[in-house]
Amino acid sequence: MRRLLKNARIVSPLNKLDLIGDILIEEGQIMEIGKGLSCDDCELLDLTRMIIFPGLIDMHVHFREPGREEAEDIRSGAKAAAKGGFVAVGMMPNTQPPVDDPLRVRFVVERGKDSKVYVFPVGAFTKGREGKELTEMALMAAEGAVAFSDDGSPVGDPLILRRGLEYLLSLDLPYIDHAEDLRLSQGGVANESYFTAKLGLRGIPWVSEASIVARDLLISEFTGAKIHIQHVSCKSTLNIIKNAKARGVRVTAEATPHHLLLDETFLSNYNTNFKMNPPLRTREDRDALVEGLRSGIIDVIASDHAPHTKDDKEVEFDAAPFGVIGLETTVPLIWDKLVSKKKISIKRFVELLSINPANILNLKGFGKIEKGLPANLTVINPKKEIKIETEKFASKSKNTPFEGWKLKGAPVLTFVEGEIVFKAL
Amino acid sequence: MKRKHLISIEELETHEIKETLETAKSFLEISKRPIKKVPTLRGKTVVNLFFEPSTRTMSSFEIAAKRLSADVMNFSSASSSVRKGETLKDTVLNLEAMNTDLLVIRHSASGAAKFLTTFCKSSVVNAGDGTHEHPTQALLDALTVLERKGRLNGMKVVIVGDILHSRVARSDTFLFTKMGSKVVLSGPSSLLPSYFSSLPVKVEYNLDKAVEGADVIIMLRLQLERMVGGFFPTLREYRERYRLTPWRLRATKPDAIVMHPGPINRGIELSSDVADSGRSVILEQVEKGVAVRMAVLSLLLGGAR
Repeated sequence: MRRLLKNARIVSPLNKLDLIGDILIEEGQIMEIGKGLSCDDCELLDLTRMIIFPGLIDMHVHFREPGREEAEDIRSGAKAAAKGGFVAVGMMPNTQPPVDDPLRVRFVVERGKDSKVYVFPVGAFTKGREGKELTEMALMAAEGAVAFSDDGSPVGDPLILRRGLEYLLSLDLPYIDHAEDLRLSQGGVANESYFTAKLGLRGIPWVSEASIVARDLLISEFTGAKIHIQHVSCKSTLNIIKNAKARGVRVTAEATPHHLLLDETFLSNYNTNFKMNPPLRTREDRDALVEGLRSGIIDVIASDHAPHTKDDKEVEFDAAPFGVIGLETTVPLIWDKLVSKKKISIKRFVELLSINPANILNLKGFGKIEKGLPANLTVINPKKEIKIETEKFASKSKNTPFEGWKLKGAPVLTFVEGEIVFKAL
Repeated sequence: MKRKHLISIEELETHEIKETLETAKSFLEISKRPIKKVPTLRGKTVVNLFFEPSTRTMSSFEIAAKRLSADVMNFSSASSSVRKGETLKDTVLNLEAMNTDLLVIRHSASGAAKFLTTFCKSSVVNAGDGTHEHPTQALLDALTVLERKGRLNGMKVVIVGDILHSRVARSDTFLFTKMGSKVVLSGPSSLLPSYFSSLPVKVEYNLDKAVEGADVIIMLRLQLERMVGGFFPTLREYRERYRLTPWRLRATKPDAIVMHPGPINRGIELSSDVADSGRSVILEQVEKGVAVRMAVLSLLLGGAR
């Protein structure tokens, strides 16, 4: 089937494309980009005043299959991704059992094939995510793993990390780092500060993140391996990354919408939908993260989509699991609060949500709108007004801290290989 | 008092604190009558939900409710189905289905009392939630000081010990500062992190300096059960630095009083000769506790007096 997307603004910074024009899609590929294109037997989509971006990628999501399918499975997670404007996701391996061998990678790949978007498995770095023995990373890569991480459980032993990073050099794949010193954050449920001390919440101090980032970046520097720091939450970590980047360490970093837009003061009602790890930190940290997007210390915005059932979250604060969902809220939030408010440019938006994640995960054909490439596209209507309402979510879980937020600018069309996987024109 | 729940001192207005203390004062006398009962809350049902061990607080609430003629049921987690995997919410909803009017909750999780208010129809009184607050303890502390000193304004109140893990320290700090007292916090810096100086208090790590000219000294128990990792080297060293002794008391005002929320650990934070001395008002605190809880119950349930 042929489709003609008419009169949209087409933005693809990688090949310096920014024009009002048309895109012709045929057999899943971009056949033509230009002004005044026409075609006889095409499905015509008038996208006047809309913006077409290279398909957006969320490189940090948790789909709970296998193990906790009542919270999310790969199919429902992918549906939420499509609805949120994403064409691809990086799925973290902390399922039950974890994705720590080639067969389990194949399982995720197979399940991903009959879902709406690309699901790229991130394999576990150590067996059982226990930080003791390396997984068969080359065999897992051969089955489709695009990166390795023990996300959720930091690698405590620096020798294991060193060996694994050295080993990854020969595969040229990135290590994705959940940086946390579990001894420093032991028992903690919120940022450690005056504010949370008043609430009586046990603290996770910023130093539990920053100290491990410092250590891991030094090990990365020593070995020469690529490292990606997940969910940066504090100013101190930003300074460490900035310093490492200046020295030429092969480091990239991500921030989540919740760390960019919320801070610890949102915890005053003990609402467990604001409980995540790393925790929401101070206003100062939050402002520094936004500045990090601009200055280039932060390379990626990723949601850390972490579904939990209502039953799991509807408990006392200490007892609730960490994590919030984000696939269906990231784009409207970032568009309204950062792009529209001129905190970041449209070009930076594409870098953070498409170009850089594609680069980090070596995803060929992503991050760009170009003739001959698969038509993986995200269309945003910058004027569309929405309200975040969990009952309308495609995700099986509803644990968002943004319920009820009114936002302007939302994804309206998502194309994966030319197929419409989400449409709300 | 217009509010339905009592969750924290931090959220109370000064006039609400005053009203509660005034009401409590008027209830003091009831407990001294030969027949210690008034009909204020007749027909009301109060449930004590204790998910943490407690002797003083639970008995105090129970006696307070009974002296107001309310029906009281005590529920503690040792005898509950909480151990069978029932959630806090389900447990509470089941009890509430028996048409309760007020729930008194003690729980190890900070925010547990607030959590109940999100789904309960009954009034909720926080009887201690994790390391957050213990509002009725602060109110009874204030009543004790008021009865002894005649005022709260301008009093120098020193709170000593494990500030970090103490819900009493938080509630007392808010209450005494709201009422115009000067609050000094003292304890080892690991149990009194620097961010506590953001409160309207003075932080003084040296106990000898902290107690200089004090009117009131509130000693806290070391909450060893809440401590993760060693906060201080040895009990011996802690005692050396933070035990209240007759010698240390010499620096206070001559009529300074010593309080403690209990249970006390004799020989650790208090030497026995201080605990048993005329300076100690620990048992008066317990007595005032009943009146304060009678006041809170009757004000929240709007019973005619």
